[in-house]
Parts: sequence; structure tokens; C-alpha cells
Amino acid sequence: MIDIAFLAESLRALAAGLPLTLGLTGGAVALGLVLAGLAAAGRLSGIAVLDGLARLYVFVFRGTPLLVQLFLIYYGLGQFRPDLQALGLWWFFREPYWCALLALTLNTGAYTAEIIRGGVLAVPHGAVLAGRACGMSRGLLLRRIVLPLAARQALPAYGNEVISVVKATSLASTITLLDLTGIAQKLIAQSFRALEVFVCAGAFYLAINLAIIGLVRLAETILAPDLRRPRPV
Amino acid sequence: MLAPSPVPPEAVAVRDLRKRFGAAEVLRGVSLTAREGEVVAILGASGSGKSTFLRCLNLLEVPDAGEITVAGEAVRWRQRRGGRVPADRGQVDRLRARVGMVFQGFNLWSHRTVLENVIEAPVHVQGRERAECVAEAEALLAKVGIADKRHDYPAQLSGGQQQRAAIARALAMHPRVMLFDEPTSALDPERVGEVLAVMQALAEEGRTMLIVTHEVAFARDVAHRLVFLHEGRIEEDGPPAETIAAPRSDRLRQFLARCRIGVA
Ligand SMILES: Nc1ncnc2c1ncn2[C@@H]1O[C@H](COP(=O)(O)OP(=O)(O)OP(=O)(O)O)[C@@H](O)[C@H]1O
Ligand SMILES: [Mg+2]
Repeated sequence: MIDIAFLAESLRALAAGLPLTLGLTGGAVALGLVLAGLAAAGRLSGIAVLDGLARLYVFVFRGTPLLVQLFLIYYGLGQFRPDLQALGLWWFFREPYWCALLALTLNTGAYTAEIIRGGVLAVPHGAVLAGRACGMSRGLLLRRIVLPLAARQALPAYGNEVISVVKATSLASTITLLDLTGIAQKLIAQSFRALEVFVCAGAFYLAINLAIIGLVRLAETILAPDLRRPRPV
Repeated sequence: MLAPSPVPPEAVAVRDLRKRFGAAEVLRGVSLTAREGEVVAILGASGSGKSTFLRCLNLLEVPDAGEITVAGEAVRWRQRRGGRVPADRGQVDRLRARVGMVFQGFNLWSHRTVLENVIEAPVHVQGRERAECVAEAEALLAKVGIADKRHDYPAQLSGGQQQRAAIARALAMHPRVMLFDEPTSALDPERVGEVLAVMQALAEEGRTMLIVTHEVAFARDVAHRLVFLHEGRIEEDGPPAETIAAPRSDRLRQFLARCRIGVA
């Protein structure tokens, strides 16, 4: 009863949503990583004000649903149109794409900040001590010892986070964007064939995540060569 | 050159070092001078402040009071509310690069091979030519007997091999002084000898070394001087063989008795 021709047609139609899904994912992951780095630095700075700000940011964006954040940014801020126009920001908040990117970035940034912080806290104290003992400056220590060790520690959790961003982009369809899910819903509204369309959409998400898993594994082999090599028994 | 001086110059000089952690006064005025080529063994019960003392020497711990001079350069201080801190971070980094430190737990960088561990600081801290550092690192690794392990990661080495790699890493900086904090305490008994042998070789080539250890026999045979630390003060300071044979203080006598029981 499965209609091969319809499946093929759905795949082709859905492929048009791929750039949007990939763009939102890539943009949110990249910008979120920068934001997370700043927030983690704030948390670890030992400066009360920065620590407090970072804590608040993480608390708010981890503690509320992404859908709520998205609606607040797109619909909620829309009520302040005159103010945003006065500030010259309306072009940004008018566009559902920018709103989705902002919400996704803020959301993943909060989770990733905690992942980075956990990785840094897991760096063995002895490794840091040895670096300081041979005269490394703070920057050098961070670059050569702390961050590489923290990255290997954080990578599995970070891979999970990137995969959840891929899936979270589907919420962009709720603010009129035609990403994979948005197109899928449109196709179903036209054809009433939910099964085939969602199977196709699911296959796209799986394919994207398969590629991400591959990339994470590659990063692991680069960052943790010692864990890759078999140890003598 | 003028006429050779009768005594070698001071490699490290510490005057009246004091350090407290909260209410606990861990160092209560420690003064010690090590001349170039001198090997000083530091003994003391657990908690007597041996590690704290060594860590103050390269400012991994900031002493509350007292002066530290390494290779003729005195640490400069600056008052801050709540105590004093080194005035110049650059000076601290420079001083640390002149003092090699070997830890009880090795503390090798697990994400770097043995060779990479050894060249890390010479290349990135001292800014020396990489090829030159690699050649020197290979010679150092051969000297400590693990040349064949140079492309392995620390986790693939035994404890004794890791400690020898850590010694090579410290030597690669061309330090003026080497500090050892219980370098064999974390090792299996059958691995202790290989590390002590390397340290003995270093002593024989005239390196300045301060060694915190519980190996009384090693202190007696290799060190030029034995310092006994008790509750944050130097209780005895003298030639190792005589001091061990005839301790002046009851504390050291009790300590040595306990060490012998531990060894037996
Ligand atoms: N960072 C710290 N904060 C608080 N107390 C500390 C700290 N470091 C050391 N101490 C305390 O200072 C005292 C001396 O410690 P230290 O490590 O110097 O002793 P030690 O002579 O090296 O002992 P061991 O033989 O067990 O290594 C101990 O009572 C210890 O609990
Ligand atoms: Mg100690």
C-alpha cells in the first residue's frame, strides 16, 4: 500500500527544506558555542558579577521550554514593534528566521555552557599544576593543557547537544518557517498521508544526525589519540 | 674570570618562610640555602609541611612571609588586601621555568605523547627551536632509559617509566634547581629503584636538587645534606650519614625508627 512514487515525490519536496534546517543548525551550533564559551568563562572566572550573570542566563534558558522562548521572541517581542523600530532592530525581530536562530542559539548556548564547564572542571589538577610549574602563562595553560583536556572530556555530551539542536530546529515550523518539518506539515495538509511524509522527514533527520555522529567521532580521534590507541594488556 | 670562589654560588635561598592555611600554621619560619650542585634531602612526618615548602619555592603556593631567591633573583612582592602576592607575574613564570618540579603523582599530560610532554615547555614557554628541542628530548629520554617509549602516551607506561618521563620533562627546561616531592611514593616497590637510579645519576653530574623523600637509605647515600622538617620548622640540618646515625632531636630519632619499621 506504500506508494513509491508518492514517497519519491515527498522526498524531493522535503529536500527543499534541508538548507533551512541545516542553516539553523549550523548557525545555532556555531553561535551557541561562542556564547557558551563566554558563559562558561563567566562561571569559572571567580568574579561574582560575571558568575551570577552566567548562572542566571543558564538557569533561564535551560529551565524554560524552547517553544516558549521561541514564541516570546517572535510573538512576544512583536508587541514592542514601535520600540524595536526606534532602536533599529525591527528588521531582525520581524523575520521568523532570525528569531528562530536567536532562540536556538540562546537555548543551546545555555546547555553547552554547562558542558564546557563540566569538561574544564574534570581536567586533572595535576596536569594544571605541572603546566604552572614549568612557567606557563595563564593563556598558554588554557590553550595547550586545559582546553584540549576539557574538550575530550566534553565531546560525547557535546555531540548529544548538537543532535538535539538538529531536532529542535523542527520547532521553527511553528513560526511559519518551511524547514523539513514545516514542509512535511504542508505536504500532509495537501495529501492527508501522514505516514509516508513523516517517514521521509524522519529519514532526513536521521541522515543529518548520522553525519554529525561521524563528525563527532572524527573529532574524538583528533582530540583523544591516546584513548584511541589500544593499551597494552 | 677572577679566582674561583671557594664555595659555589647559591642556587636557592629561602629566608624565614611562613605559610598558613586558615588557622593552621604550616610553615613557621623556614630558612634554607642550597648551593649549586648541592643535593638536599628533606625528611619529615606527614603533614610537617614538606610539600608546602617545595611548592612555595616555585610559587605554586604563595608564602605569607619570607624571602625567596632563585639563581640570584629575589621574588618581588606587592601588598594586597588580605596579604601579599608576587608583584610581577612575568617574574613568577620566569622563575618557575628555572625550577624543575617532579611530583609524587607524575602529572604528565595525558593527551600528549612522552616526547610531546618533554618538548612542550621548551617550545612553548621558552620559545626554542622545535627540532633542537626534539633532539634534546630524545637524548634526555635515552638518559632516563625510556627512549623506546617516546611515541607512547603516558597511560601506556608503568609508574616508574612515567616518573622518569616526568624527570626528563623537568630537565628539558634546563632548570637551575630540581625539586622532587616524594617522587617514588606512588610507585610499586620494584619500580622505586629505577627512579632512584636516575636521580642518583643527576646528583652525580652536579645538579642542584631538593628532594622530599621517605627513602632514608637514598638520602644517606646520595644527598649532601639532610634537613628534617617538623611542624613547619627545620629541626635538624646536617650531613646525612651523621645525622641519621646520631640524631640530635628525639623527633628525628622517633621518625627514623618509624621509617625503619615501615621498611622492614
Ligand atoms: N591547599 C591547602 N589548604 C589547606 N590546608 C592545606 C593545603 N595544603 C596543605 N595543607 C595542610 O598543611 C599541612 C602540611 O601539608 P603538606 O602537604 O605540606 O605536608 P607534607 O609534609 O607534604 O605531608 P605528606 O608527607 O603527607 O605529603 C597539612 O596539615 C595539610 O592538611
Ligand atoms: Mg607531601
